[in-house]
Amino acid sequence: MSQRQIMNEDDIRRALARVSHEILERNRGTHDVVLVGIYTRGVHLAHRLARNLKEFEGGEVQVAALDINLYRDDLQARSSPVVRPTTIPENIQSKRVVLVDDVLYTGRTVRAAMDALNDFGRADQIQLAILLDRGHRELPIRPDFVGQNVPTAPDEVVKVRLVETEGVDEVAIIRGNSPNDASRNPRRNV
Amino acid sequence: MTLPNAIENQIGNGIENAGAQADLEITAVPERRHVLDLDDFSRPEINALLDSAKGMAEVLGRDIKKVPALRGRVIVTLFYEASTRTRISFEEAGKVLSADVINMSTSGSSVEKGESLLNTALTIQAMSVDAIVIRHPHSGAPYLLARHLDRVGIINAGDGMHAHPTQALLDLFTVREKLGALEGLKIVIVGDVLHSRVARSDIWGFAKMGAQVVLCGPNTLLPLDLLGGDGGQIPTELASVKMDTDLDRAIQDADVVMALRLQSERQHSGFLPSVREYIRRWQVTEARLTRAKPGVLVMHPGPMNEGIEISSSIAHGGSSVIEEQVTSGVAVRMALLYQIANQGR
Amino acid sequence: MGSGPLLIKGARIIDASSGMDQVGHILVVDGKIAAVGQVSQDQVPDGCQTIDAAGLVACPGFIDLHCHLREPGFEFKETIASGTRAAAKGGFTSICAMPNTEPPIDNAAVVDFLRFRSQAEASVKVFPIACVSKGRLGRELSEMEELASAGAVAFSDDGDPVYDATLMRLALAYSLDLGLPIIDHCQDLSLSGNGVMAEGAVASRLGLDGIPAAAEESMIARDIALAQLTGGRLHLAHISTAGSIHLLRQAKDRGLRVTAEVCPHHLTITDQWVLGGVGKDAGAAGPFSYDTSTKVYPPLRTQRDVDALVQALAEGVIDCIATDHAPHDATSKQCTYEEAAFGISVLETALGSTMQMVHQGSLGLADLVHSLTVGPAGVVGPAFDGLASLNTGTPADIALFDPDLEWVVDPQEFQSQGKNTPLAGVTLRGQVVATFVDGKMVYQSETSKTGAAS
Repeated sequence: MSQRQIMNEDDIRRALARVSHEILERNRGTHDVVLVGIYTRGVHLAHRLARNLKEFEGGEVQVAALDINLYRDDLQARSSPVVRPTTIPENIQSKRVVLVDDVLYTGRTVRAAMDALNDFGRADQIQLAILLDRGHRELPIRPDFVGQNVPTAPDEVVKVRLVETEGVDEVAIIRGNSPNDASRNPRRNV
Repeated sequence: MTLPNAIENQIGNGIENAGAQADLEITAVPERRHVLDLDDFSRPEINALLDSAKGMAEVLGRDIKKVPALRGRVIVTLFYEASTRTRISFEEAGKVLSADVINMSTSGSSVEKGESLLNTALTIQAMSVDAIVIRHPHSGAPYLLARHLDRVGIINAGDGMHAHPTQALLDLFTVREKLGALEGLKIVIVGDVLHSRVARSDIWGFAKMGAQVVLCGPNTLLPLDLLGGDGGQIPTELASVKMDTDLDRAIQDADVVMALRLQSERQHSGFLPSVREYIRRWQVTEARLTRAKPGVLVMHPGPMNEGIEISSSIAHGGSSVIEEQVTSGVAVRMALLYQIANQGR
Repeated sequence: MGSGPLLIKGARIIDASSGMDQVGHILVVDGKIAAVGQVSQDQVPDGCQTIDAAGLVACPGFIDLHCHLREPGFEFKETIASGTRAAAKGGFTSICAMPNTEPPIDNAAVVDFLRFRSQAEASVKVFPIACVSKGRLGRELSEMEELASAGAVAFSDDGDPVYDATLMRLALAYSLDLGLPIIDHCQDLSLSGNGVMAEGAVASRLGLDGIPAAAEESMIARDIALAQLTGGRLHLAHISTAGSIHLLRQAKDRGLRVTAEVCPHHLTITDQWVLGGVGKDAGAAGPFSYDTSTKVYPPLRTQRDVDALVQALAEGVIDCIATDHAPHDATSKQCTYEEAAFGISVLETALGSTMQMVHQGSLGLADLVHSLTVGPAGVVGPAFDGLASLNTGTPADIALFDPDLEWVVDPQEFQSQGKNTPLAGVTLRGQVVATFVDGKMVYQSETSKTGAAS
């Protein structure tokens, strides 16, 4: 098994700064913008983006957390994920929602997230910000803001580590070169 | 302690980055096929379930209380005993998760024609059901189903005087939400512990979470054998449980006081001289509650006999979390159904 | 097969009636023991069938004082045919049938039915035990003399105690001159209540109503007092508690005519088996818990009781092993623990499970044979004369078993219709290889057909 770092702490900081500027540009500021992070790392990234937006523009931006487990279509295992409280603001109707997640892959998480959001009301717009796009989409979903595009093979695993969860900021690609490693990356779970 | 593989596999770790490094927090509820009692739950598993119940509680607070998690799953509630709160609680839990919930009552069914429990359950299994929630007056009835049914998850909603694990989990959830943590708390369970399946499961649950459980009541209604009897077969996890016949002493510095329903039959079958004497010695009253810790929680699994095991003023007073228990029940049962009914076949 | 002359060669012969324990031969001619130990070549008739029994134990066929053949009335649980085939497979050559049938064995006509049916269909010798009371109702004495004349070897209302103390007193007194024992199933019904297993830590955990040891002991104490009062012949069925042994020992020390039996399951397994998972990590209950095949009266008790029973058997305080073979149909056991019928199908596992005591060193092999042969014969008396012996001239009722053969209990292979055993899947060490009644082979194990025997 080999591991290759593709983003370090500075790369992540710069990518998030650029994404923050793009969000400002696209929405002409932060008015009515809500950053909705998808548990777990998406929530941490949403908070970082909010800090950037405040620094660049001055205003407080609302951050919400979204648990998409109850909307997933791929649960078959006997163990089940812990469901965490979703914290969508009540007045979502008039908001521009920016969904935030760490990696975009098949698009199924984003599909689940949009279904979940709909249960809270009809947002004015839903945009998608992700730290890393690794390709291999299975649904017609396109991100609005991308930290970095990284071509990957399906049998590779992308690992995002954040200070908030793992104590370090980095993104690495792990190439499974044994049958055992390949089995750790089952397609059903992506 | 080794965590089950399921935890290490971190299934809940975001869909996009499968196999990514584990979060520090537990993000998956470990593998489990049936919920029979809490004696085979580990502390991490209980914590994970209570965490998940918190997420479920949020869903219950929404304007639209419906998520697609169990769409296409079928849950049958099979109740051989009367029940209001438990049955409705399971039904609501299933329906909020979009499962189809079929309530089977024994009256008007093949059970009245003398069909055996096992045959009834096998019939239900044959209809491609995902989970059976069973309540039965005989201890061990859910175990009978778990032994003989291979394609359906079994959830015990109360068996005889043996266990009521979902009630115990909602009790744990209620206390954890109110007091923050369970470890080190003093929990006093007072009343007819001997015949109480709620108490039996609560003993396991609170003891496993590191709380100090004190059982209180007349000697004739305490499960004296549970903690000793012949042969020294006390499970180590119950070693810290104590019994005391004196409520005034037991209630000292309690964080939680749980009163159990006293059935009037107990007097007729000789367990008690009289309900009057029971009230004098074991009713949870305002005066007795002053000995407990400030902020003590008063609980009751319901249905209550106000004025017998608990005074009305306490039942509806500021310390009472009896209504919260009912609300918690739906969230906890959602967390359990989400796991048990979602296993695929 | 057939009852021609037979030579069993090279077995370890254990005959507790004579104290014999040696390797030797047994010659059977005309259904009787013709020679034992040394057999000279000129004694062996022409065409004599020979069985090479090297490594096997040969002893008098086992005698069971306590089994339920269920016929008449409950043929869906067991019949005389199936029950006696099970007995033969278990090494038993004489068994006593308890009278809780439908109709109960409370008159000579039913005894006759049992005798005729046994003559036609039984693989082993069947001895009826008759009711103490008419209809087993516990009110009036049955016609004991007529029943004895018809062939009853003892009296019992087994399944229920003789609950009325005066009736028990009268039964003990009336049967004195018949010389037959009153066998009591000791259970104070007001104490046992709705109990389904032994009262104790396991019952409390499982939320099952318990039966306190005192329910058995208080009735035994009463019966012993009545035996003293009347001088009657009291035999205590299936005793199961350390306290019962204490009472029995005292009674025997006082010279009372009290005997007692103990069941294989009470000597070997405990109430932990109701929780299940024994031998694994039995910390938590699971789908294996509440196994209704562990439901039996008296209930499985604690290890302390088991140890006391084994010791009392080894010391001779308990007179014999009896199976309390209680076969049931599947429906009676495929239900909740509370609903399930009491009883275990024991005949075919009796030797294998009790051999555990021998392998563990808590009971000598000769003592085990004693408790399965001479012990029970002594309880009943004259009817069993010669049946627990290999002396020359006695009936050639012989059990041949391999004391070390390991086998896994599979109830589907039982001859008994009752598949209800908690030992399903358990490995036992010690298995009957062949059983002979009056010199005729009534059972031969599958392994021996292709193996040692010829």
